[in-house]
Amino acid sequence: MQVPILKQGAYLIATVQSALTDEDLKQLRDTLVLSVSKVRARGVIVDVTALDVIDSFATRTLRDVAHMIRLRGAETVIVGIQPEVAFSMVKLGLTLEGIATSLDLEEGLAYLNRKGNGSDHGVRTHRS
Amino acid sequence: MGFALIAHEVRVSIDCDADIVLARQKGRQLASQCGFPSTDLAVVATAISELARNIVRYAVRGEVILRLIDDNGKRGIEVVAADDGPGIPDIGLAMQDGYSTSGGLGLGLPGTRRLMDEFEITSDFSKGTTVTVRRWKR
Repeated sequence: MQVPILKQGAYLIATVQSALTDEDLKQLRDTLVLSVSKVRARGVIVDVTALDVIDSFATRTLRDVAHMIRLRGAETVIVGIQPEVAFSMVKLGLTLEGIATSLDLEEGLAYLNRKGNGSDHGVRTHRS
Repeated sequence: MGFALIAHEVRVSIDCDADIVLARQKGRQLASQCGFPSTDLAVVATAISELARNIVRYAVRGEVILRLIDDNGKRGIEVVAADDGPGIPDIGLAMQDGYSTSGGLGLGLPGTRRLMDEFEITSDFSKGTTVTVRRWKR
């Protein structure tokens, strides 16, 4: 299951569409880290609204994504963690400490804009 | 255990990471048939995901068995994750938060115990591991 990645201004938006296997998650991680450099993105949003489970492997991979992208000089925001998913994550002992999260895509974009990482045309959609 | 089986059990054989997703989807389906609220569906699916991943990671292959059970009118779901892998040398260590022999977060077993109402584990060195967990409908 490929996760589509859209470039919007200075940001990359990865929208997870359905359940991901461990292999899919690793592929998403690798693609995002490479894409940040390729398109010189300043921020990355990973939208996990569609995920009904975020287990230990998914959490670790999302954490790795955020840390790797930070090392590349960009910011990552995880958006759309569902309430019941958040409940299960905390019970399991999983946290995303030090990683930005937002309620939804809109909030995630606002967060990146506040961070000052976006250029003034940061919310314009680029088609290629 | 002396629980009555409400419906046919569902068996999912586990030998690759796509099976982890399949097992948790089947578990969610079964729990939703039993009328569990959505928070519990996520809890059950997450627990199945952790147990199935342990099979893939440590035993290579095994099976997840899902059952709707009844204990004197109290309904619940039982998940059995069984493999004939190498077994766990020290269950006490494996149940500690943060202990992992595979570079993982070490939260799978202790976290699953926190997620579910009942948790049983048996492991025989070189014979395999069976984890049985249950969640009761409130």
